[in-house]
Amino acid sequence: MDATKNEPTALKSGTTAQRKSEREFVVTRTINGPARLVFEAWTRPELFSRWWIPKGSGMSLLSCELDARVGGKYRLVIQFGDSKPMEFFGQYLEVTPPSRLVWTNEEANEPGAVTTATFEEKAGKTLVVVHDLYPSKEALDAAIASGATSGLPEQLQQLEDLLVSLGASAQPS
Amino acid sequence: MVQFSKVHLDSSFGALSDATRRGVLEQLGRADASITELAEKFHMTLTGMKKHVGVLEEAGLVTTEKVGRVRTCKLGPRRLEEETAWIERYRQLWDARFDELDRVVEELKRKEEIHGRNKE
Repeated sequence: MDATKNEPTALKSGTTAQRKSEREFVVTRTINGPARLVFEAWTRPELFSRWWIPKGSGMSLLSCELDARVGGKYRLVIQFGDSKPMEFFGQYLEVTPPSRLVWTNEEANEPGAVTTATFEEKAGKTLVVVHDLYPSKEALDAAIASGATSGLPEQLQQLEDLLVSLGASAQPS
Repeated sequence: MVQFSKVHLDSSFGALSDATRRGVLEQLGRADASITELAEKFHMTLTGMKKHVGVLEEAGLVTTEKVGRVRTCKLGPRRLEEETAWIERYRQLWDARFDELDRVVEELKRKEEIHGRNKE
């Protein structure tokens, strides 16, 4: 182990998520395996579909097409609970096995983020860095705001549940 | 962990329980706006909009600032909490995702080892 400089805590094995700048959002995690297997799991649909939508997330992956070549397209159909399924799609801009993948996110009507995933192998483990670059500060703000405010009915429900439980615990019967 | 007081929760709950106020928050998420602009946008009287903004302000969801004769509204300090909460939810999604990825990679590794041994 050579701790040469202040490495991010990501080198442990926890997942970190951070807004790096006005236009950038970065997620990191160390995966216990070589980069070429991580790359494979990221580019082969039958493997990708086993992990992209985690179990218990309330989402399901209805279809998954990945053509992981430069200029190739991908298309995912994801259903949140019982709502109308949503499509997520875009194009691969760079495909460099086993270390780098770059793709566009085109499902929004306006220009979307460009995602760069890098896989850096060290002693049999792979540091995964997923970097989203948004076209503008406003675009990232809006992504966060829509996540935070378009979920309002849901948050409201959570608030309501919380209030009910607070009320219940305040009046033990 | 964020400790919500019941008072805080009550005021947020009240503030968020109204469709117009939720609309105002969404609107301010896109750009700051004056009370007059908001009133026009939501087809309300100035007085009506002032009331809504007041409720949002009390809940810490909106702040207002008077410059000259115009009162400008923007998202308040709770906005920062929302961003933090969003980041944490997003992190949790990726964390769960990566847990599954770890499993897939682990399985690929085992398969390779077996395959490797069979070849020898």
